[in-house]
Amino acid sequence: MHYGNPRRVAVVAANRIPFARSNTAYFELGNQAMLTDTLRGLVQKCNLQGELLGEVAGGAVMKHARDWNLVRESVLGSGLHPNTPAYDIQQACGTGLEAAILVANKIALGQIEAGIACGTDTTSDAPVAVSRGMQRTLMKVNAARSNGEKLKAALGLANPANLIPELPMNAEPRTGKSMGQHAQITAHRYGISREDQDKLALASHQNLAKAYDEGFFDDLVMPYHGLVRDNNLRPDSSLEKMGKLSPAFDRKDGTITAANSSPLTDGASAVLLASEDWAKKKGLPILAYLTAGEVAAVDFIDEREGLLMAGAYAIPRMLQKRGLSLQDFDFYEIHEAFASVVLCTMAAWESAEFCRSKLGLDKPLGSIDRNKLNVKGSSIATGHPFAATGGRIVATLAKILDQAGGGRGLISICAAGGQGVTAIMER
Amino acid sequence: MSDLLMKLNRNRATAPIVKALGLPNPVQLARAEGGYEARPFSGKIALLGRTSNGYAAESLSAALRSAGAEVLSSLEGADGRHADIVVMDATGCRLPADYRALYDTFHPVMRRMSRNGRVLIVAATSEDAGNAVAAAVARGIEGFSRSVGKELGKKGISVNLAYAARDAVDRLEGVVRFFCGTQATYVSGQSFHVTSRVARPEALPYSKALTGKVALVTGGARGIGMATAERLVQEGACVVCLDVPSAADALHDTCTRIGAIPLMMDISSPDAPARLAEFFRDKFDGLDILVHNAGITRDRTLANMKEHYWDMVVNINFAAIAAIDDHFLAAKVLRDDARIVCLSSISGISGNVGQTNYAASKAALIGYVAARAPEVGSRGICINAVAPGFIETPMTDEMPFIPREVGRRLNSVMQGGKPRDAAELIAFLCTPGAFGISGDTIRVCGQGLMGA
Repeated sequence: MHYGNPRRVAVVAANRIPFARSNTAYFELGNQAMLTDTLRGLVQKCNLQGELLGEVAGGAVMKHARDWNLVRESVLGSGLHPNTPAYDIQQACGTGLEAAILVANKIALGQIEAGIACGTDTTSDAPVAVSRGMQRTLMKVNAARSNGEKLKAALGLANPANLIPELPMNAEPRTGKSMGQHAQITAHRYGISREDQDKLALASHQNLAKAYDEGFFDDLVMPYHGLVRDNNLRPDSSLEKMGKLSPAFDRKDGTITAANSSPLTDGASAVLLASEDWAKKKGLPILAYLTAGEVAAVDFIDEREGLLMAGAYAIPRMLQKRGLSLQDFDFYEIHEAFASVVLCTMAAWESAEFCRSKLGLDKPLGSIDRNKLNVKGSSIATGHPFAATGGRIVATLAKILDQAGGGRGLISICAAGGQGVTAIMER
Repeated sequence: MSDLLMKLNRNRATAPIVKALGLPNPVQLARAEGGYEARPFSGKIALLGRTSNGYAAESLSAALRSAGAEVLSSLEGADGRHADIVVMDATGCRLPADYRALYDTFHPVMRRMSRNGRVLIVAATSEDAGNAVAAAVARGIEGFSRSVGKELGKKGISVNLAYAARDAVDRLEGVVRFFCGTQATYVSGQSFHVTSRVARPEALPYSKALTGKVALVTGGARGIGMATAERLVQEGACVVCLDVPSAADALHDTCTRIGAIPLMMDISSPDAPARLAEFFRDKFDGLDILVHNAGITRDRTLANMKEHYWDMVVNINFAAIAAIDDHFLAAKVLRDDARIVCLSSISGISGNVGQTNYAASKAALIGYVAARAPEVGSRGICINAVAPGFIETPMTDEMPFIPREVGRRLNSVMQGGKPRDAAELIAFLCTPGAFGISGDTIRVCGQGLMGA
């Protein structure tokens, strides 16, 4: 599958729209519009009009049936050359980073020279479907051959129970528990305090606000439908204010609240990846290199492992392959689905017991310098449009490394179904 | 964009009523769907009239034949067939008595011309005349051609006048092909100059005429800009459509449909010329065709006109064009043999209530192309303006019924034009074969009454 020696993969440019809390600024928009506009913004920024790229990969987690070819349709309206291939992927919240890994792999192998990884999600335009009963009835009517058969099949339409629409659910199909309920159980297991979670959430808002004030996002985020910043950002939040909220998933002993969780969010992001040669030929800067990717999954049924703990497994494997220690990084980007996920993951790495029994290591991976964690804010402050989060993080880390003039960064993103997508970026 | 009167005239049930009311019955204008053909006049009869001592007849005859026409000197031997094209070499008209040749040529064919026929008269330029009487004779032909246009307009016949310099007769082939072709359907009553100012391009293709050329159409998302971009693509050009970011959806839809490249930019921003130049240098190593179509209206009577409305219109419609051309010419982004077309307007020619800002900016372009043409001629570059009249667009659809009905009838063909009609004239002026025309403003208005 490879042409010549593997090549380094450069992160060249990125674009995203400001993320918006569900049912706010992007209420009237859908995934197709947001993704198309985000790609257009990237095309404009890099003068990619009419450019034939190797591929565009991306997707959405919450998707209408009509958006079955979402990314390709967006590419056709993006200004890229219409011959640019595209495909949809879906790996829950890992979609965006997985897309980047897929595109990067093809570039590394010499299959393509450049490509875009992208993602979009909206909970303001959720795919509300007809009920299973209605769907079966309609299929039967469609399949019926004679008018009599059709009429008979259509009688099912009269069943009032069939009129109740099917709503997308925020629950794991195999446990029936919501992601927050799972996260709360894991937080209890690791003894993560409410205060620690609130502190991490506050840092997220403060770091993001500072980054915006410094103009860090000026060339990463484009103004869109009246927004110039993520509208979930609360720069004036405080531990006192956060402390007043009641727990969301465990009324009695819960520690997870709306303030230390990422909210439902609408948004889209895109990242341009390329070989060094291509970037140089186009006169585009190399912000950083995507140098490793690792994906893990855990068995979370009956809480054999925490639903959102797969990152704790993927990263040690990746470190071992690269011969690195957990402390060999200058920046850490751990996706804040919940503050507790970040804290549980770090607690697991610090735990001799976890590292021995679950990872088979002689000694724990150890702790990380919290000053290097999510230094430009993360999902609690920006919001978390599922498939768009990977692109946000890759872009943010690439620019952090570029500004620092060098260094190494680690990304971990947890995803539904007990999965975790991780990567290393270097400069 | 529907013309109710034309629909009623086409409907068998309503046609007699329309006729009884004495309402006009506009002819269905011929339009081409595709690009230029190699022999567009094949099967057509062309009548070539002459004057003694004229110098253009041989060149005109050769042009008609190469386009496939059967060229006759009179309809006498034509077995009752009608003429599709009448071309008159009037360059020999130097004395008032020479006008008689016009009568002798046209009088017998006025009732024997096909619908959607074409008339092209070629006269000597007043400058070449040498004496006052000869200059006046040349100028007088314009009155003749315009009157013939009004007489024949109801049959969809367009009538135009080319003032051709003696040393420019080798530049008439492209002129004949356009002004005697289907594409000139809404261009009538016009006069323009054919001169030797611009050197002959290396190649003069008359079909797929823009193969290998890179074009920019500003305001390309909709209307005349969109039609122009589509037309240039049909001729084989690689077209970049520019429009403002707020037109992103229309722009990208258009580009996806016609196979053009979208570029979102506000041409009136101060850094636009430099950014545009960089874009074309990086991507295409230059530019061959520049269509300045983007323009806005901010209509108010001068008494009520806001300052920023004034500035905005002048900046976008005029200042931005001059700034872009200055930069492109100085930085040699525009390649040799380039073509520039500016979109002027009938309002610029006739003036219009509530359009002082717009009319000033559009009239300025008439002066602009005239003054710019001699500067750029040595590089083979032609620059011209096109002034559309009543063109049916979403904008005219929103006009109140009566002004719209009146507006679209006030011309020789008694109907509005299509964006495609304007695009045809613009596209022609962008072809290599239009190298004889530079510095002129040509209207595409069906010989509109306003400002004529």
